[in-house]
Amino acid sequence: MTLAAIALAAISPASADPVATGLVTQVVVAAVTVVVALLRPVRVRTVLAGIGCTLLAATGVVTGILVLVGERGAVTVPTALPGAVVLDPTPLGAVFMVLAGVVGVLASLYAIGYVHGATASRTQWVALAVFLLGLQLVPAAGDVVSFLLAWELMAGASAVLVLAEQATSAAVRDAGLWYAVMTHLSMVAITAGFAVLAAAGGGTSFADLADVDPRSGAASLAFVLLVLGFGAKAGLVPLHVWLPRAHPEAPSHASALMSGAMVKMGVYGAVLVGVQLLPGGPTWWAVLLVALGATSALYGILQAGVTSDLKRLLAYSTSENVGLMVLALGAGLLFEGAGMHNPAAAALVACLLLAVAHAAFKATLFLGAGAVVHATGERDLDRLGGLVHAMPWTAAAFGVAALGAAALPVTGGFVAEWTLLQALIGGVRPDDQVVAITVPLALGALALTAGLALLTFVKAYGIGFLARARSVAALGAVEVPVTMRVPMLAGAALVVGLGMAPGPLTRALARALQVGGVQQVGLGGVRLTGLGAVLDPAALGLLGALVAVPALAVAWTAARRHGRESEALAWGCGGVRDSPRMQYTSTSYAEPLMRVFDDALQPARDIEVTHVEESEYLATRVRYTQQIEDVVEVRLYRPLIAAADAVADRARRVQNGSIHRYLTFSFTALVLVLLVVSL
Amino acid sequence: MSAAATTSAVLLVQVIVAVGLAPLVAGLTRQTRARLEGRAGAGLGQPWRDLRKLVAKRPVRAAGTSWVTLVAPLALLISSLLLAALVPLVSTAALAHVPGDLFVVVSVLLLGTVALALLGLDAGSAFGGMGSSRHMMVAALVDPTVLVAVYALSIPVGSSALGLIVSARRHDPSSIASPAGVLAVVALVVVVLAETGRLPIDNPSTHLELTMIHEAMILETSGRDLAWVELGSWLRLTVLLGLVGNLLLPWGVATTSGLGAVALGVLAALLKVTVLAVILGAAEVGMAKLRLFRVPELLAGSFVLAFLAVTASYLVA
Repeated sequence: MTLAAIALAAISPASADPVATGLVTQVVVAAVTVVVALLRPVRVRTVLAGIGCTLLAATGVVTGILVLVGERGAVTVPTALPGAVVLDPTPLGAVFMVLAGVVGVLASLYAIGYVHGATASRTQWVALAVFLLGLQLVPAAGDVVSFLLAWELMAGASAVLVLAEQATSAAVRDAGLWYAVMTHLSMVAITAGFAVLAAAGGGTSFADLADVDPRSGAASLAFVLLVLGFGAKAGLVPLHVWLPRAHPEAPSHASALMSGAMVKMGVYGAVLVGVQLLPGGPTWWAVLLVALGATSALYGILQAGVTSDLKRLLAYSTSENVGLMVLALGAGLLFEGAGMHNPAAAALVACLLLAVAHAAFKATLFLGAGAVVHATGERDLDRLGGLVHAMPWTAAAFGVAALGAAALPVTGGFVAEWTLLQALIGGVRPDDQVVAITVPLALGALALTAGLALLTFVKAYGIGFLARARSVAALGAVEVPVTMRVPMLAGAALVVGLGMAPGPLTRALARALQVGGVQQVGLGGVRLTGLGAVLDPAALGLLGALVAVPALAVAWTAARRHGRESEALAWGCGGVRDSPRMQYTSTSYAEPLMRVFDDALQPARDIEVTHVEESEYLATRVRYTQQIEDVVEVRLYRPLIAAADAVADRARRVQNGSIHRYLTFSFTALVLVLLVVSL
Repeated sequence: MSAAATTSAVLLVQVIVAVGLAPLVAGLTRQTRARLEGRAGAGLGQPWRDLRKLVAKRPVRAAGTSWVTLVAPLALLISSLLLAALVPLVSTAALAHVPGDLFVVVSVLLLGTVALALLGLDAGSAFGGMGSSRHMMVAALVDPTVLVAVYALSIPVGSSALGLIVSARRHDPSSIASPAGVLAVVALVVVVLAETGRLPIDNPSTHLELTMIHEAMILETSGRDLAWVELGSWLRLTVLLGLVGNLLLPWGVATTSGLGAVALGVLAALLKVTVLAVILGAAEVGMAKLRLFRVPELLAGSFVLAFLAVTASYLVA
């Protein structure tokens, strides 16, 4: 209580309005959770800190909803720095507050049953609470300084979460290093970008930044820097390299939060810059965003399609989805620049819809993957299988979320992609060459991405959960406890809910973006008024149910009249071939894809045959190895790292340990400073 | 009767016509092929007899299968039925809130595709996995062609609703022979062949497990389960042939919901689908199945056609 009093005294809400109260409550709850996590023994800690984190995230949801329904409120915290920290959530920020809050609630509840050992330590719970708070403060920030502070809070805490199991695993330390470096580079780029804007705009509040002329050179420089920074956080190719390392190695609730909520902050940053701070920029900005988004989507989903590590697959698919969001944003800016307001509005709404849908299904998928790891200790799809029998709830939640990721009806993923497609085909401007070339290419990239996503998630679900167990660990799996099941099923329900009744959400998003052209029709359906397109998933479902009834009736009658099914061995060409090793694995499932995209993926394959001594026609052993490395990492990052290493080696020669040399350095530096000052 | 009720009645007629036509289409393609190859053939009614036989048989399921094996055949059938209600076969009428939007149509088609792919994996046999993997590769590569072709067709109309596209082509027949229209339809024909597992992408009458795609996935399916899968696949073929027919020759399709118009629409659909089925069967006689890894080249070719269609429609617009 004392703590709460101190917190309330330190922070002065502008007035007693509900939004400010919500923000202050979040800080207080976070502080209390941190204290509880530090002081209580492990059992109590897990339950209490888990509840604390859930409350914190729930407060974020409530605060965000309050802002979305029209409440405004700001909190100003005086600091030692010049200028105070200002929290003043806009409707756009509130969308991301709600998004992060919902994922936070699911992940925190799940963590209560999931964490154990190193993942249940004091540090981890403290980091989780701080991370959740950071995720709420980034979109709530009202000026550059507070944005950057919150951003660093979020980045630092998430790095600690990634490192949970660093004591026992070298892969975790490696992932932590990659993540820390990339996240700091991202921070540097963002700070530099905002600094350029602040210098040009003459202030650090977002209103000052919005005064900068978007056609000026400074704006373009800032735009590129900010896109690089936010792109690195969001996992855009070629800045995605940390993603397929950090997501698999982090504990699953942290992966769900990072992939479901944190990468969206990168998207939030991009939308903030493109739509609110610097609207009306040159056309090449939009084309750059579309190109980055399309590359990211295609490359991400290709890598996801061929990997056999379940969590790595989900990580690459995050790259893909972020790519689609950025593509939508770019298309929105492109259409707006070409004067086509209706498709522009639809594309921007699609960008946010994609973000919300992705948060729902990817969080569920990561929680499901965590349940699989929890039950089997395996995340290699080649060693899983048959889990639908032992883990029916996990399988159901994962299956629904996979449908969402494959953008099939009736899920949120489908609605989002439908909106983006409508925006793209609505943006017809034959006389504008840039639009005329960009849009069909973007559409083709989007369609190929959607097709490959379908393959990827059929593979993930079909190989992971169906057929027969491919290892002893998968055979011995048992369903996870209720505390883990409930968040997964709630996530799956969200995925379907967003798909069944997208109307209210779509309207709220359009209002947050201050664009029109979205109407709610029928049973929670959407009408894009400017584009003459309508989607009512509930009505579609109803029509499906109507045609299903006679079909099911016939099937049921046939089953009653002609008896139940019987079981037999699967077809083995006339022999008994029922070893689980005869099944297709994830690697073999993706083999055709790998062959088709051989040039893009450049897999390393090796077949080693050991012959019988007497005859080279008989083999005793055949060994097949295949390795797919990230082409971007091999071609771009390794040379860079090698170059940096070489420079560092040269620099090391300067330091030979001799005190005389160091004294010379100090003296020279002093002389130089004096010279500079005197000039 | 309200407008919605009338439209529903027309859609009901359309679904019934499609279900009635589906076995006939299968019979026609097989019989045409048989005759041209110098065989007597089993007759047009054989698919009907097959269905009747299969429905009366108990399915034998592979040991260790899950609910997917139980549900997937019905899911495929229901997705095909929904497709029959969404695609303009007899009439361009559509419910106000479910306007046969092509993106929705494609996604319903893909639902059936996914159901089949999961069915192939569920038994845990090597063949099922093989078929499923190849099937999904083809589906993934077909997707861009469909959407870009649709984009080309939707540019003159300003909408992706199939009913509107078909009626616009009917009111302006010159758009059918336009370069954009022709290229887009050719691209769509390749897509239809790929999605329904016809030559040269897949051989529907193969009996060698290693060359199969569709048949490999349903190798473990038997009895009434097989009946649902077969009917569902035939229905897909029928509906997609009907769509191609209506895009090429939009005359006869009902644009109003009067009794005469719908009756004419039924007759026209019957005629178009029959002719297309015979052409399909005849074309397959002279064609061999492509090697699996030549299929992507064909699909890439169809994507290029679709892309050219977009470019051409810009030039015209």
